[in-house]
Amino acid sequence: MLLIEDLQVKLGDKEILKHIDLEIQPGETHILFGPNGSGKTSLLMAIMGYPQYEVVAGKIMFKGEDITRLPIDERARLGIGMSYQRPPTINGLKTRQMVQLCAGDEVDEVDLAKRVNFEEFLDRDVNAGFSGGEIKRSELLQLTAQAPDLMLFDEPESGVDMENISLVGKTIASLLQKDLSAVVTKTIMKTKLERKKMGLIITHTGFILDYVSADKGQVLYDGMLSCVSNPREILTCIGESGYKECLRCITETN
Amino acid sequence: MYNRDQLREKANKAIDKTGAIGPDINLDEFDDAPVSHSYMADEDLCSMPEDEQKRLIMAGLDVTKKDRGGTYFQKDTEVIHCHTQQEGIEVIPIRKALEQYDWIRDYYWKLAAVDTDKYTAAAELGLHDGYVIRALPGSKSIYPIQACLYLDKDGLQQNVHNIIIAEEDSELHIITGCATSPHLKRGVHVGISEFYVKKNAKLTFTMIHNWAEEMMVRPRSVAQVEEGGLFLNNYICMKPVRSLQMYPTTHLVGKDAVARFYSIIVGSPGSEYDLGGRIFLKHPGNRAEIVARAISNGGKIIARGHLIGEVPDIKAHLECRGLLLNGGLIHAIPELEGRVDGVEMSHEAAVGKIAQEEIAYLMSRGLSEDEATSTIVRGFLSVDIPGLPPQLKAEIDRAIEESNKDVM
Repeated sequence: MLLIEDLQVKLGDKEILKHIDLEIQPGETHILFGPNGSGKTSLLMAIMGYPQYEVVAGKIMFKGEDITRLPIDERARLGIGMSYQRPPTINGLKTRQMVQLCAGDEVDEVDLAKRVNFEEFLDRDVNAGFSGGEIKRSELLQLTAQAPDLMLFDEPESGVDMENISLVGKTIASLLQKDLSAVVTKTIMKTKLERKKMGLIITHTGFILDYVSADKGQVLYDGMLSCVSNPREILTCIGESGYKECLRCITETN
Repeated sequence: MYNRDQLREKANKAIDKTGAIGPDINLDEFDDAPVSHSYMADEDLCSMPEDEQKRLIMAGLDVTKKDRGGTYFQKDTEVIHCHTQQEGIEVIPIRKALEQYDWIRDYYWKLAAVDTDKYTAAAELGLHDGYVIRALPGSKSIYPIQACLYLDKDGLQQNVHNIIIAEEDSELHIITGCATSPHLKRGVHVGISEFYVKKNAKLTFTMIHNWAEEMMVRPRSVAQVEEGGLFLNNYICMKPVRSLQMYPTTHLVGKDAVARFYSIIVGSPGSEYDLGGRIFLKHPGNRAEIVARAISNGGKIIARGHLIGEVPDIKAHLECRGLLLNGGLIHAIPELEGRVDGVEMSHEAAVGKIAQEEIAYLMSRGLSEDEATSTIVRGFLSVDIPGLPPQLKAEIDRAIEESNKDVM
């Protein structure tokens, strides 16, 4: 379980997250909505442990452990992983090698790459000259190898072409164990009960909802979570009334 | 014109001439008297002490001669092994060549000037030996020829002169290493190299240096590439050295001739490297590329590069990337000289430290900070070298892998 209590985060001198409370139970996937600059990426970076996102108050608990002060790699080893929106290029490191590093063990990287239609990129340097959509598939490939328990997705569908969008959606669903196609060996009910993976997905378009049945939606507005509701409902609301409705909510509740 | 007396006369006039760049070396402090070593047969090579074998391996010399087309091995001033097992390739000690073959006169000091400085002068006046490697017309070498210049005697000044000739339509791969014995502390290595790449020939020359902390090194190299020829020159130096200065020059003298220089340097504390390459593009269709990767973990590295475009329809690119890991200094001096309209020349140079963002990215995949750093460094040093046989690539990868342990 991920449990965030009264989290306040500063980036430089700026307070970017104010009093965040969030709880993701094993098997749950949450969708994070919010306008540009509302702090969505900052929240993911703070959960992942980027030191420039300075936690000034509150705490982050993961699997019962207080991880608020843990370095990034220890969080990764505890089972937190992230799909970045704009990851850096690592010159001279082949995507093939990166997949091995993510797996931490011998892995059939070609087989994994096939799942996201990425075999031909294995011998390219990580993220070097990748288009937006290629970056997303590369990130998914790395996460697949890493297989973390909590996955943070920063706009996984942005820049992905129509041909690959369902591939990306289905891959995320499968990573989050939201893939409910019936299999002979077990009932769908049993699959649901065994589901342990947690997800937090930032999206603007909501495309991802066509593939991943998310459990909850959250709206982050000006550094505060203003709304917890059914994700489809939130998407409809934002579509019709815009984020200014969130401002009203925040003003009313405070 | 070949005349040893005239060469000596010119050399004598240059014995006090300091190098154009780089710290001056007082050669009087070193001994260049011949040191005798006996010739070693194959089995003798294999029974060398293990730590020496390891140092040789690091410099690209495999005593088992597995996957090698020939071997030249010089210890101090003496040739201790010289053999070729590949048809069409000749490997001859240069003193023997000068005594026995007339054709060598067309190559000896024909590209490099004997009176360039005191080091070229010393190599003529006190020549110990060196190798002549020649690929006969049309011959294709399958395995690389290995050459090693080894210093064993402390305080020695080693003077060598090498000549490499790839005749028309031939293909020649050479891996050459310079190394010092584990107990050697100080010495000077003076190495003259003249490269002749003839019409449509291909020469790859991979040099791995593995020096000692008090070594002074002054190579002097000049190459000439004829029409359709390719000269690929790789240089790897990842071990400490007191002072190393070289500025090899290549002349592209026929149309469509190509030269590519790749160097990988790690500068340790107390070490000073001043190196680069200069390529003259003199005919249409000439291509030149100089790529350098330099890491300093406390040493001083000056990375030069000079491309001169003399005619239209040439392309040249210079790239220098430097990484400061632990203090030290990297000074990139890229020079482009276009002398006419219609040249296409570019350069990029960057010196900096490892981006924190890259370290964090790898850490979020489960690597520790140290693992992330060394992964980035290894990536930084891994340069894709087009046209390099897989064998030699493996050799370079091994050298990088080995020294990566020391860098961190």
